[in-house]
Amino acid sequence: MIAKIALKNIAYRPLNTILSLILLTASVAIISLLILLQEQFERKFSADIEGVDLVMGAKGSPLQLVLSSVYQMDSPTGNIDVDSASVWMKNPFVKSAIPLAFGDNYSGYRIVGTTAEYISKYQATFAQGKAFSENFEVVVGSNIASNLSLKIGSTFHGSHGDAEEGEVHEDHQYKVVGILNPTGNVIDNLILCNIGSVWAMHEEHDHEEHAEAEHHHDENCDHEHESEEHHHKKEITAVLFKMKNKMALVTWPRLISQNTDMMVVSPAVEVNRLFTLFGIGVTALQYLAYGIMLISGISIFIALYNTLKERKYEFALMRISGAGRFQMLSLVLLESLMLTISGFIFGLILSRAALWFISGAAADEYKISFDPFEFVWEKEGLLLLLTIFTGIIAALVPAIKAYRLNISKTLANA
Amino acid sequence: MIRTKKLTFSYNAETQFDFPDISCENRESLLITGGSGKGKTTLLHLLGGLLRPQSGEIVIGETEIGKLSGRQLDKFRGKNIGIVLQESHFVEALSVLDNVMLASWLASGKRNEKKARGILEELQLGAQVHKHPSQLSIGQQQRVSIARALVHDPKLLLADEPTSSLDDENALIVANLLDKPPQEHDAALVIVTHDQRLKQKFQNQVSL
Repeated sequence: MIAKIALKNIAYRPLNTILSLILLTASVAIISLLILLQEQFERKFSADIEGVDLVMGAKGSPLQLVLSSVYQMDSPTGNIDVDSASVWMKNPFVKSAIPLAFGDNYSGYRIVGTTAEYISKYQATFAQGKAFSENFEVVVGSNIASNLSLKIGSTFHGSHGDAEEGEVHEDHQYKVVGILNPTGNVIDNLILCNIGSVWAMHEEHDHEEHAEAEHHHDENCDHEHESEEHHHKKEITAVLFKMKNKMALVTWPRLISQNTDMMVVSPAVEVNRLFTLFGIGVTALQYLAYGIMLISGISIFIALYNTLKERKYEFALMRISGAGRFQMLSLVLLESLMLTISGFIFGLILSRAALWFISGAAADEYKISFDPFEFVWEKEGLLLLLTIFTGIIAALVPAIKAYRLNISKTLANA
Repeated sequence: MIRTKKLTFSYNAETQFDFPDISCENRESLLITGGSGKGKTTLLHLLGGLLRPQSGEIVIGETEIGKLSGRQLDKFRGKNIGIVLQESHFVEALSVLDNVMLASWLASGKRNEKKARGILEELQLGAQVHKHPSQLSIGQQQRVSIARALVHDPKLLLADEPTSSLDDENALIVANLLDKPPQEHDAALVIVTHDQRLKQKFQNQVSL
């Protein structure tokens, strides 16, 4: 019955209720969205660097190298000579070295030249078909297979560079020979082939370009310089290293950048730096959200406090009908808690809806998707406690006033 | 039945009330009259256990209410006393029926919808049960107050200026309504008022 009165009271003053609810919903939604984003983002980023101790590539921004070669998000820093790279790949400290060569895309999905080791590194298994063996045979990730409805035996032309609108390589067709099962990793959104395919594709391409005397600047390949020479230098974009000897993680970056025109960076270090950068923004947003929660607490307090003046007769009346002091206290607390808990629930729903939209947009642009139905119990449980705490604090003074109400005085002054 | 003995009360040093002993048996009505400032409402609050007397005792039925703790007094009041106030107050957010049922629930823990409806019908408020109290006329509101005070069959019905804001017609209706239950339910009725119209109706009177 007390709960019914509380509910009816909330509904009886819709404007106050809506204001408090909107504020609470907004703050809970922001905080919960941040929790989900951070949690899932870090998990995804960490999963992709699993088994990659060092990344080697052309000199440039270390973060860019990591983003481009590990996460397939950014443009590469440039290309490196395969001969100078293989010196390091054969080093006894190295446990495994996976070469990567970028050049083309199909419908915005990157075509990456690599070895079959890349597939096993992500523990990807074949849903259909087998690994590439010949030039122009490709293995596609699960997302691509479903999004572009590719099957074993499907053929397509790649476009040059990162952009979907890049120049189409008409001479060679890629042929799908394998489709991977979903892994949740970056590999779901990649088209993989052997490195030979990338070289073969661009050799002819460059000759053609040369013949037409077109000097076409491309950040991905510095082919122009070498196209003067008849001998075509073989290039790759990056190498992913897993080391036997962890000392190399410390010594190699310096060693390589001093002695070659390449660099090696540790993805773990770079990603940590990225998270730290994010962290500042996330923290600022979190403070904002806590601020909104504080305001919503104040709004509930003001609403309860203001209506207390008109409602004191109501309380006196219930008291003369036999209600105890404690029932009055719990009525006020219950109203506040009903507001805050429904605000929490709306906030959770809103944050999931927002994440669902963000996930859709991010999947298109960055090939990252988020799971809106995940619950981060630990952090969201804390958030629930914080919301309940806000509700109790906001209702405390009005509830105590209701508890201590002097019935006789209230009715005598009526 | 209710009986008081040597009841005194003071708000401060200047205003000291010494009330005459009163008693009212079941099925009886007692009218307490007096001008303003004589402590009519104070007396009523003392009888209802809303205030504690400075000295003296109040016995309702077999219970001396001065000896009850705060919580016991709340329970006792809910169960045994019905109070009709000068101005009708309601839980604004609840419908007329819910207001009456709330009183029953607070008194007995049972909502007793059937009884609440029955009393409202009896007071010719059958068509108003689902309205909010603020949508009713003052006369109707006062009748809802009476329904609320009677729904749990109190042993003592207290009324504080129940007719002062009503016109003659409604005052008569309310006076009759108040007078009926003590006869039917074996309860005592105490009214404090300065309303001349009531003085003609109730014989048993005490003046402060």
